[in-house]
Amino acid sequence: MTATAENRAAAVAPADPMVPRPFRIVRRQRELSDTFTMELTAEDGQPFDFRPGQFNMLYAFGAGVSAISISGEKSSGRLLHTVRAVGTVTDRLQALRKGDVVGLRGPFGRPWPVDRARRRDVLIIAGGIGLAPLRPAIHHVLANRGDYGRVLILYGARTPDDILFPKDLKAWRSRFDVFVDVTVDRAAPGWAGKIGVVPDLIERAAFSAEDATAMVCGPEVMMLFTVRALLRAGMAEEDVYVSMERNMKCAVGFCGHCQFGGRFVCKDGPVFAYTDIAHHMTVREL
Amino acid sequence: MPPPDTPVVPSPTPTPALRLDAGRLPHLLAVLTADGRELIGPVVSGGAIVYGPITGADDLPKGLVDDQAPGRYRLVAGESGTYFDHVATANSWKTFLFPPEQKICDIAHADGALTVTAPPVDAPARAFIGVRACDLRAMGILGKVFDNGDFADPAYAARRRNALIVAVNCGRAGGTCFCTSMGTGPKADGGYDLALTEVPAGGDGAPAYFTLVAGSDAGRRILDRLDLNRATAAEVETAAARVAACADSMGREMIADAAEMLGDNLDSPHWQTVAERCLNCANCTMACPTCFCSTVEDVTDLTGDNAERWRKWDSCFTLDHSYMHGGSLRRSGAARYRQWITHKLAHWHDQFGTSGCTGCGRCITWCPVGIDITEEARAVRDRAAGT
Repeated sequence: MTATAENRAAAVAPADPMVPRPFRIVRRQRELSDTFTMELTAEDGQPFDFRPGQFNMLYAFGAGVSAISISGEKSSGRLLHTVRAVGTVTDRLQALRKGDVVGLRGPFGRPWPVDRARRRDVLIIAGGIGLAPLRPAIHHVLANRGDYGRVLILYGARTPDDILFPKDLKAWRSRFDVFVDVTVDRAAPGWAGKIGVVPDLIERAAFSAEDATAMVCGPEVMMLFTVRALLRAGMAEEDVYVSMERNMKCAVGFCGHCQFGGRFVCKDGPVFAYTDIAHHMTVREL
Repeated sequence: MPPPDTPVVPSPTPTPALRLDAGRLPHLLAVLTADGRELIGPVVSGGAIVYGPITGADDLPKGLVDDQAPGRYRLVAGESGTYFDHVATANSWKTFLFPPEQKICDIAHADGALTVTAPPVDAPARAFIGVRACDLRAMGILGKVFDNGDFADPAYAARRRNALIVAVNCGRAGGTCFCTSMGTGPKADGGYDLALTEVPAGGDGAPAYFTLVAGSDAGRRILDRLDLNRATAAEVETAAARVAACADSMGREMIADAAEMLGDNLDSPHWQTVAERCLNCANCTMACPTCFCSTVEDVTDLTGDNAERWRKWDSCFTLDHSYMHGGSLRRSGAARYRQWITHKLAHWHDQFGTSGCTGCGRCITWCPVGIDITEEARAVRDRAAGT
């Protein structure tokens, strides 16, 4: 091949996975004082498919990119992201309104094991905003309720005011085929529910430990103690899944930022079988 | 599941060696240039030999060699007047295959819409002159990083595809080289289009020459245009003996069990010992031919309506590298050095089925305080054995 022909070949190279597509905010809803949900649709009209537990890289014009889990909802075809404003990019995203446009790349990452969990008891265990990446898994399990054994949703928040998706929790709790338990670290006047940490809820939950799949998402320390409680309750490490979080610039394994030992959280995770990362969960500053 | 360890370059059957008189090296370069290729090769810049654009053999650092040691680099006159008896250059080929800064896209904000425009892929036809075995290995490794089975970087692939590789088998070991112990050199065993072995002029007045083999069809077609004679068995043997002597004279080596041993010693007290010397300057990661970390920066113009997204080299030695809401994950220098060396020597195997180290020695030479990756790996092992 001549050099010129090689240049022509390069010009029709496949699309760069680092280039975002524009998506418009068609609905925006405040969830908590620092947390909101955006519904997005692609400006190019292409449908967007994803699996529960996957995330997108959302771009705020002029600010940068942040990895945000998809918080719903596949059944209605709506693409939702629930964001907590904790930095430059997420602050900028919070300032956007219905009709504004963001950049999006995705979906990325390995999903929750909703297929592997079929015919087994399912424990969905979340802390704080960790309920957002799990909501698509809850939707999936409830939409296919007959495929699963007992379904338990265990959720913890700092205070009653920090409880995410309270309407959803109430709706799930009102079903007779789902067990929902919620606890808070610190109560407030009017709180009649439980006070304590998430792992405490596991001791009081009824499930078949040897025939259950657990999906856990929350702060790393919460996940660590939750997994220990699940193992104490008799579950096997390979039946417990956690969703990890690390700095990400690319989400496709190129940038090196999200390494967790020998794994890239972006493409080997964010959902991991606990057995695959157990030996690294207690290493400080990894 | 981590992939099994696999070779990163194919091992072609090279053609029989031809003889190229040293005085005809310009002719070889002229043939490459005639094809419209930009030549990139070793040149002296800023008191060091670096890879950069060259116009012909006159730009090569003929007669110069590099005196390399931990934290030290000096150019000195060599004894044999050769073109290629210097060793690892200050920069590496990643500068050309994975540029330090590359634009991802322009984004314009107007009338409530975002318009995203990706620039055309910049992948000029080039010939890389003087690629060493360690750096060939590094290209194979970067090829796996940027085509990882899930995602591929089209720009990297195009730049690599458009580069013709003229390898040089090393005839001299540098002071920080350890390719023999990494199994990556000093002889190129594949992944090149052409490979040269340089033999200096003999004391008996025998003129200097190269033996030259092709490792690809593109290389074979170039050989066809050079009108060269087969090298004699004695010439081939002399050239091979020089490379073998280079391998035998390498004074530094990586311990054989670095991968497993480092992965098992994430809590070693030695990380703190290294951290007391490490300046967190990131030189090792910039000089390394396989370190691939990058960040992305958004640059807006004064109107605020136009942004450019730039992908730039980054380093795990910065605090920003592990920043998550609220702070950096790897706050201590000990954790950052551990991240670098365990990634390079241990976790790289889990990710890409190969070590991330090629034994080129650049990180040792260009460390301002002379931290030596081979010594540190050994020290972690010795401390683990002693406790």
